[in-house]
Amino acid sequence: MATQETAVTRRLQNVKHVILVLAGKGGVGKSSVSTQLALNLYNSSSTARVGILDVDLTGPSIPRMFGVDNHGVHQSSSGWVPVYVDGPSARLACMSVGFLLKNKGDSVVWRGPKKNGMIRQFLSDVRWGDLDYLVIDTPPGTSDEHLSLMEHLAGIHSRLSAVIVTTPQAVALMDAMKCLSFTRAVNLPVLGLIENMSGYVCPCCGEISNVFSTGGGVEMARKEELRFLGTLPVDTELVSVLDGGQTDEENSAFPLLERYSKTPSAKLFQEILKAVLDSLVAK
Amino acid sequence: MTVGLDPKSIPSNAPEHCPGTESEQAGKSDACAGCDNKDVCASGATKLPDPALPFIKERMSTVKRKILILSGKGGVGKSTFTAQLGWAFAADEDTQTGIMDLDICGPSIPTILGIASEQVHSSSSGWSPVYVQDNMAVMSVGFMLPTSKDAIMWRGPKKNGLISQFLKDVDWGTLDYLLVDTPPGTSDEHLSIVQYLKDSGIDGAVLITTPQEVALQDVRREIDFCRKVGIRILGLVENMSGFVCPSCKGESQIFKPSTGGAKRLAEETGIELLGAVPLDPRIGMSADYGISFLDEYPDSPATTAYLDIIDRIKDILGD
Repeated sequence: MATQETAVTRRLQNVKHVILVLAGKGGVGKSSVSTQLALNLYNSSSTARVGILDVDLTGPSIPRMFGVDNHGVHQSSSGWVPVYVDGPSARLACMSVGFLLKNKGDSVVWRGPKKNGMIRQFLSDVRWGDLDYLVIDTPPGTSDEHLSLMEHLAGIHSRLSAVIVTTPQAVALMDAMKCLSFTRAVNLPVLGLIENMSGYVCPCCGEISNVFSTGGGVEMARKEELRFLGTLPVDTELVSVLDGGQTDEENSAFPLLERYSKTPSAKLFQEILKAVLDSLVAK
Repeated sequence: MTVGLDPKSIPSNAPEHCPGTESEQAGKSDACAGCDNKDVCASGATKLPDPALPFIKERMSTVKRKILILSGKGGVGKSTFTAQLGWAFAADEDTQTGIMDLDICGPSIPTILGIASEQVHSSSSGWSPVYVQDNMAVMSVGFMLPTSKDAIMWRGPKKNGLISQFLKDVDWGTLDYLLVDTPPGTSDEHLSIVQYLKDSGIDGAVLITTPQEVALQDVRREIDFCRKVGIRILGLVENMSGFVCPSCKGESQIFKPSTGGAKRLAEETGIELLGAVPLDPRIGMSADYGISFLDEYPDSPATTAYLDIIDRIKDILGD
């Protein structure tokens, strides 16, 4: 692909890896996986710089998950300033349409062309700076947002890759397959597949219930020759951490990371992170 | 900084500040200078109603009730709820029920209803929907794909075209209820269905949510959308509300209502909470196997909850 210089490629010239989190189906945990991926990448070294971009324009969840849903975006002479969620060290930059709304209950009722324009602005007008990783959380489906991303990121195609998230249910796996077909059609390398919501541990008796069935992700990865990155159970502690909004823990610059580190998911995600980084190297 | 909320139609080749082809400024604003569509827009032709509208109105004239199932957030159980509602209506053999699946990129309705391998046939009176039983007709893009692996990578205008066809070209016949299952969000599909059904009238929308704040945030946006476009909200349904362990029967909250759940949202917005359906793993399993949860597990607390909600919806509609 010819590398044509555009506003997007200029803006992202110092971004080493762009990872798209895709799923096909809604509500399988794209945003929570994106959040965890960003947190783990951030935590992987004391200098790692990470960006997270939420392109779910009509249903942005990222601001709430990072506990910054009352923040706004500021303009500067060099572009929009993203919201830094980790306090003074400013290594984790976050951008979402949620920051642009006056009230969090406002709906964004946009057809494709306006969504396309917003995505282009997110990529070209936000002051991302130097990033080791830019994680992009996507909406469900394979439509305007996904096509626009691929179009605008065409200039840095060699730095793009994707992670697919599914739950073990047949309906989710079917959409994950569609999503995989999409990545193949647009020639987007897939780092691997994560099976989310795989089992739920009853807090009373410890019995594991397969609330949304189990094992489908492993099977799909095997059949489609994808790397299986790991399974994550339904983790109520994680739900609470990501849903809880802001807290005032004064002795910590980045309380979310501290609270997240204590969840069972955080331990499991370390293996997933290893696999993701492995795949990135092998890509 | 403000984000303009302009639900007007804008073509894909429009300049950045296109006022929308149906706006008063179409063809006249500064942004229109140099746009290929300037003359067409300025002539007023684009402000004329969509030529499909009279055909849709004609087709929909034999459909008594049109109900939208909306949610904002994905994966909260819109399609599952739509299917249960359909089955419950169709349990009365004199009630003709139709289900239209607007989720074009991720159609789940065929799988949930156990008709994933069916195809749509066309006849002189239009496309024949797929019948799950004599009084239950279904239309989904899932019936039109060569294999379930195929992805539909369509931008808005193509999706809108198909939705228009689902309304005007499908031989729905006489229906008591048409249930419209929608994809997550508030975008092309939602605007189109509202626009296309404006003349025929939408009887109301059921909003589905789960208890956690991230889902409720999206439902607030959907409520805002309904109010903007003038759709009556029949009520809220809270899905995945509590989980009963099959082993110890202890109840726990998988998705904690950190901000009071749907109950609080209902109080804040003055919208009726139609009911809360507990999470039963057999619901998801039934959906995967395409069997009716209500018929298979009549003893489940979730079945009772579903049936109460469905009765309430009938009450509200006056049926």
